[in-house]
Amino acid sequence: MNSFKKNLLKKRYNAERRFQWYGKIAIGLALSFLAVFMFQIFSKGYSAFQKTWIVTEVHYDKELLLIDAESPSKDDLENADYYDVAYKAMTSLDPGLPEEEDRQLIQMVSYKYEAEVKDLLLKNPDYLGKIVPIKLTASDDVDQVHKGNYPRDIPEENRRVNDYQLQIYDMLNERGDILSEFNISFFTSPDSREAELAGIASSFMGTVFSILVCLAFSFPVAVLAAIYLEEFAPKNKFTDFIEVNINNLAAVPSIVFGLLGLGVLLAVFNLPRSTPLVGGITLSLMTLPTIIIAARASLKAVPPSIREAALAMGASNMQTTMHHTVPLSMPGTLSGTIIGLAQALGETAPLILIGMVAFVNTIPGTPVDPAASLPVQIYIWSESAERGFVEKVSACIMVLLAFLILMNLAAQIVRHKFEKKWS
Amino acid sequence: MNLILVTFIILLAFTSYYFGRKKALVIQSSQRLTALPKFYGYYLAAWCAAPALIIFALWSVFEPSIVKTFILQDYTDQNLTKNELQLIYTKVKALAAGTYTGNITNFLDESANKYIQLKGIANSAKVAIILAILIFSLSFAYRSVQKNDRMREPVEIFLKWVLFVASLGAVLVTIGIVFSLLFEAIRFFQAVKIFDFIFGTHWYPAKTFVRDGQPDPELMKDAFGAVPLFAGTFFIAFIAMCVAIPIGLLSGIYLSEYAGRGIRKYAKPIIEILAGIPTVVYGFFAALTVGPFVKEIGNAMGLEVSAESALAAGAVMGVMIIPFISSLSDDVMTAVPQNLRDGSYAMGATKSETVKKVIFPAALPGIVGSILLAVSRAVGETMIVVMASGLAANLTMNPLESTSTITAQIVVILIGDQQFGDPKTQSAFALGISLFIVTLLLNVIALSVVKKYREKYE
Repeated sequence: MNSFKKNLLKKRYNAERRFQWYGKIAIGLALSFLAVFMFQIFSKGYSAFQKTWIVTEVHYDKELLLIDAESPSKDDLENADYYDVAYKAMTSLDPGLPEEEDRQLIQMVSYKYEAEVKDLLLKNPDYLGKIVPIKLTASDDVDQVHKGNYPRDIPEENRRVNDYQLQIYDMLNERGDILSEFNISFFTSPDSREAELAGIASSFMGTVFSILVCLAFSFPVAVLAAIYLEEFAPKNKFTDFIEVNINNLAAVPSIVFGLLGLGVLLAVFNLPRSTPLVGGITLSLMTLPTIIIAARASLKAVPPSIREAALAMGASNMQTTMHHTVPLSMPGTLSGTIIGLAQALGETAPLILIGMVAFVNTIPGTPVDPAASLPVQIYIWSESAERGFVEKVSACIMVLLAFLILMNLAAQIVRHKFEKKWS
Repeated sequence: MNLILVTFIILLAFTSYYFGRKKALVIQSSQRLTALPKFYGYYLAAWCAAPALIIFALWSVFEPSIVKTFILQDYTDQNLTKNELQLIYTKVKALAAGTYTGNITNFLDESANKYIQLKGIANSAKVAIILAILIFSLSFAYRSVQKNDRMREPVEIFLKWVLFVASLGAVLVTIGIVFSLLFEAIRFFQAVKIFDFIFGTHWYPAKTFVRDGQPDPELMKDAFGAVPLFAGTFFIAFIAMCVAIPIGLLSGIYLSEYAGRGIRKYAKPIIEILAGIPTVVYGFFAALTVGPFVKEIGNAMGLEVSAESALAAGAVMGVMIIPFISSLSDDVMTAVPQNLRDGSYAMGATKSETVKKVIFPAALPGIVGSILLAVSRAVGETMIVVMASGLAANLTMNPLESTSTITAQIVVILIGDQQFGDPKTQSAFALGISLFIVTLLLNVIALSVVKKYREKYE
């Protein structure tokens, strides 16, 4: 072997090695994107599951509450004036503060602190006239400072928390009067303009309703359509047309379905705007082709011997299909349905077009109440400027991803547990 | 009211099922049955529910428009435009429902009374007609049950029709899309010349907004030029493909040709997670992390970078699309027959040479198909662009500036309250139909390419 050939071989082998490395790098890049992405979301979002409270003392002074009755009833407590009591509870943190500066202290708790003061008394009527400790929801700025997400070293005029508030915060923190607890209200409260009060309950219910409506509309139609196309349809131009149609529909951008929902469901059928009902129907049109394709594939996978056996026993075509083929294909169909629903779950654009971006601060009880959905909630919050919403968005994303992972797992389990292996 | 009626029909259908089955058992004692007893039940139930429900559905669809024409008949002599008539009708309806808060004129009051009256007549007529149909069809069905006609065939034919109608659902959706888009788009093109839309280079629909009356036609001419949006759409898709094609293709090649079964088993589904993450999540990621990152790097290099650059949106979109290319190209390359590989190895080629000179060309049509599908996906992607690349439609080829796309503009125009009949709203539908056409073309081409390829090796 002369040196020229040797060199060539070496070159070719080097090229081979390089090429392998390109492939490895490509896969590594793809995986590291995923890793960076997950890391970002988790590192930003985990703190949203903690809620910061400020502990102070409240004196339920009858005079300040404007309660005259000797032994006040529930109604009296309900209608009492809590403004002064709540105000005193906060300003007592720094009695030396001149009155015109007291806004600074009040701003350290959420604007609903008066309601919190009231709720505590309503729950424990015997606190009346006593001085009791109370925990108040910290404002999102204090919350962010406590979680270390807010830079303290920038100049005061650029900060939403001023030096005085920081000083009070440090004092409270040293005393142990700043509490950090698991944030239950993130899961139980509806959306709010204030980051510290905002929760995902309203959008979560919106998502659940939309998905249920979507399932109710798309599943029956899709399965029936798949049965017809796979088992009964004659091979002709028209059924070909339907097939092409379904394949193309599966690739239509989701926003076009949003336009359809807007132009037909809202404008022509006058269904109520911003509701999970319309959202669910719009999403069902989107998932329809996905489920049809999955159902057809799993009908196709049922071996012909099953059909032949049934037909040989004297069953009609319809009986063969309904009693044997369809039940056997169900695991595949169901897992395809769940995957289709998982896709629909993550859709945002079509829901925005049918108005599910409206600010909703009540938890919807039925599919015809206005609601947002989890992805739309992510969009709404990420458009808000307040710092507190960044962690809320990340936490909301975590909930959404958990939901998606659960659904995909369910699809896998259904497929592997119940599907018959034909071989 | 409607709910009660439908529940009644359905309950009646259930009862008639049991009734039919029982009847069959009675018949059985004297003569031979033509089918299993349950088919007698199905037969009755189908005859009970189907005609009544069909009539009910048709009635519900047509009733409102008929009532509307009756109400608006009184206004025909006033020379009102369509929009004004619509407004009057909405007012009448609100007044009838007791939710109207404007000032009530005599005329309006009269119409509202007429509306309530018409609704009442329509409702009682509906109930009467449906009851009549129920009685008629049930007695007809019961006669054939009594005669012991063949029962299974008609039931199966009916079921087959149900299946067929369901399969029309998909077609109906397509028709719905095309018509709803076309309907508004045509009205848009009555106000704006189609030439100005396709070739105009200035997109600024907000400036046509006029509180009352019609916008200035001169303004309209210059506000709806969609070229910046078409350019922006393809530009961002191009950036996305610059990220997705190399990474996706190389991963696909590695997975199909080099990776052992263990790696393939785990790496492929993990990469596919990238495609399962909702796009709004990518949008947030692009806006909050990638955008500022790109800006910082650019600034460090002395470049002027917008915080909402096309580059950030495109790159993140590219990451999202990687699995579309990697998985599909992996599939098509795995499908290339083994003897092609063996032939190449036998000639002394290395693995990479085999991939580059034999397998890749053989799989090329499938790969092209997968790339086209990925492009169509990128073109139709909405949320990433809405959140990460600005909303102003700049005509630019600089990836560091912000651009907008067709999809993003649709969202911008339609977010919040829309007013139908406003050229701005209609322009969203015109954009929608151009998007629909582009993606449809891409898909048809991609699917036919893939199909052709599949036939070659099967």
